[in-house]
Amino acid sequence: MPTGRMPVKLTDAQIEEIGRELDAMRHEVIESRGDRDRRYIRNVIKSQRGLALGGRVIILASILFLPAWGHGLATYTVFLSLLVFGAFCLGLAKIIENMEIAHNVMHAQWDWMMDEDVQSATWEWDNVCASAEWKVSHNFKHHTWTNVLGKDPDVGYGMLRVSPEQRWKPYYLGQPIYALILAVFFEWAIAIQGLELGRVFAGKTTLRQIRSQVVMTVKKMAAQIMKDYVLWPLLVVALMIPFAFSGYGPALLAVFLWVLAANGAANLFRNFWTYLIIFCGHFPGDVYVFTKKQVEDETRARWYVRQLLASCNIRSGKFLNFLSGNLSHQIEHHLFPDLPSNRYQELAPRVRAMADRFELPYNTGSLIRQFGSTVWKILRLSFPGGASLGMKWEFKTWNEQQESTES
Amino acid sequence: MKAALQKSSFLSRVASIPRLFAYPLRISNYLELINPLWSSHRLMARVVKVWDETKNARTLTLRPGRHWKPHRAGQYVSIRIPVAGKLETRYYTISSPPERTDGCFTITVKAVEGGRGSHSLVRDLRVGAYLPIGLPDGDFVLPDPVPEKLLFITGGIGITPAMSMLGSLIARKCLPDSVHLHYSPNEFEVVFDRQLKEMARTHPQYRLARVFTRPADGIASLNEGHFSPAQLDKLCPDWKDREVFACGPETMLTALTTHFERTRMAAKLHLERFGFGPLNVPVEGVGGHVRLVKSGLEVEADASTNLLRVAEQAGLKPKHGCRQGICHTCNVRLISGSVRDLRTGKIFDDLGGPVQICVSAAAGNCELDL
Ligand code: FES
Repeated sequence: MPTGRMPVKLTDAQIEEIGRELDAMRHEVIESRGDRDRRYIRNVIKSQRGLALGGRVIILASILFLPAWGHGLATYTVFLSLLVFGAFCLGLAKIIENMEIAHNVMHAQWDWMMDEDVQSATWEWDNVCASAEWKVSHNFKHHTWTNVLGKDPDVGYGMLRVSPEQRWKPYYLGQPIYALILAVFFEWAIAIQGLELGRVFAGKTTLRQIRSQVVMTVKKMAAQIMKDYVLWPLLVVALMIPFAFSGYGPALLAVFLWVLAANGAANLFRNFWTYLIIFCGHFPGDVYVFTKKQVEDETRARWYVRQLLASCNIRSGKFLNFLSGNLSHQIEHHLFPDLPSNRYQELAPRVRAMADRFELPYNTGSLIRQFGSTVWKILRLSFPGGASLGMKWEFKTWNEQQESTES
Repeated sequence: MKAALQKSSFLSRVASIPRLFAYPLRISNYLELINPLWSSHRLMARVVKVWDETKNARTLTLRPGRHWKPHRAGQYVSIRIPVAGKLETRYYTISSPPERTDGCFTITVKAVEGGRGSHSLVRDLRVGAYLPIGLPDGDFVLPDPVPEKLLFITGGIGITPAMSMLGSLIARKCLPDSVHLHYSPNEFEVVFDRQLKEMARTHPQYRLARVFTRPADGIASLNEGHFSPAQLDKLCPDWKDREVFACGPETMLTALTTHFERTRMAAKLHLERFGFGPLNVPVEGVGGHVRLVKSGLEVEADASTNLLRVAEQAGLKPKHGCRQGICHTCNVRLISGSVRDLRTGKIFDDLGGPVQICVSAAAGNCELDL
């Protein structure tokens, strides 16, 4: 098999060795999973639920400080600081749930515990995208076909040109705006993207065929909307009704809207943060993209190498690791998607050293650098060209030569 | 009829509204944060006391959660024990009588040589720990009405159901004429020794005969050594008049069944086995018989063909994605037996756990939830 299909100067033997080394790392972690890992994820889950509940209670409590109450502390300063703080806690809880818990649980990272409360098959997350849908588009498509143009749904999310290899169309001129809209509605975009409505428009499938998926997604969205934008605001309103009857306290409509706004802010906060982290995973700087041809008959070892070339880490400490759901170790996550996320940190130096030995790139940088380069790419690639962005040029030409000699 | 149906579905909708507040979780997920015993989606028990009965047998007093149902004397309960982070399921007979009034029950566990689950229960578990448990189950229980004459034959830790039954009979003040043959290696390893002696002292209708199978000074009398018909005749001459309840090691139960069958008394013998069936030992390089339970298919599989392929060849279309072990779309529950991970060669035999069928092959017989 011609090594030329990979944008790397490695022999088949070297690639197979990389495969063996990474398999060995994986095996070591699997063998050493134990009580400490169980304690870790259980504590995270417990604290996250406490935080979510706490956030909602603080939002509720903030309503008691609306100026309309007329008591000494009832000022907008007190009210708004509490409301914002509550929304912040709730948003943080949603971030932790989505990233460090749900994303990883759904990757089957914790299935080995045999704990029926923490299983990939049954976990439903606090997000408008139905878990079942997500597992197909993310675990299967994205993780199998990472950065393969036309196969990985996450290359630009079907909306953006994030790599010069994507052919430019005038549509991309507006992509800075699309990117912004995507950030605001990130969870919605992902939920809708999972349905692959494009295939319906292209006539590759019919609405009828994807009916059950659509129904599932709509139900999931409805449940999320119901909870954050109807039931919780109504509950707070209900608690205020006795006061309203006595002609005391704030207007019920205002209460409803404030709580709704706080919940909306929490969701927005989560959307922005997940967008930020996820865009740093595969788009920054000189990350690689691949053509379908390059991944034909790919071996497991080659899949590993592709994952390494297609993913980017964020240089981070414990705090950022946690808040990014350990996606600051995107490379390790892509090499070992089903190993417990708390272990990526200890794998990272080994993976990095190995990459270095084989003269493979290991794309890492500060959050600012990684996101900055992503933003720059989105701006630059809204215009035609931009080939010098991204892939290492000499590899690419070398690789193209190989492909042209082949054909 | 139709109206009633509509009404009940309306009511069930109303009843499910609280859950929508907690969506996608349940209210119970938040209640258990405050107290795991309040959870309704899974039953938990709190360890409230540990007590060593012998040097390696320990009684754990457990307080079950809200949705517990009282057991019948002789029944067992499933307990999930974290062993190296993994919840393993074990079954233990409840050793306390259901008449116990403090809402707790006890199990008595012997640390089995090499048994990781029992070792973790006996040595590692602390007061205050919480364990997921199941509801009481099993039909090794006393008939109603209580027979006029009873004989308990127990060996080692197999004494637990008898203990619960005796405790229950005494609490209900209806302990009949009972003989209890209890086998243990020596006098120091009699589980519940003091309680048994106390019971014999205070209840004249209860006669205890302890038999030692490995006494320090060698086997000298019929009060020593493993079960034999002669021993039974001597220690309980009227055994044929009694309803017999026996629990203990497999060898003891086999000897008992043989004897009772030969003497045509099998109808009077009630057994509880606590050993596992013959273990499924996978052999290197050999496939096995695969039963696809949901679809009712049975196929032979070799040791190198992945089970996704096997199922497809049998005409099924299991869910799958990458076919190379990345996405876990193909996960299927293992009902029994074991499989081998083709990437690592590792055997997987966590019953109830997920098998990645695209990268697993048969290793001995197995049953899959497909
Ligand atoms: S099909 Fe992807 S792991 Fe089996």
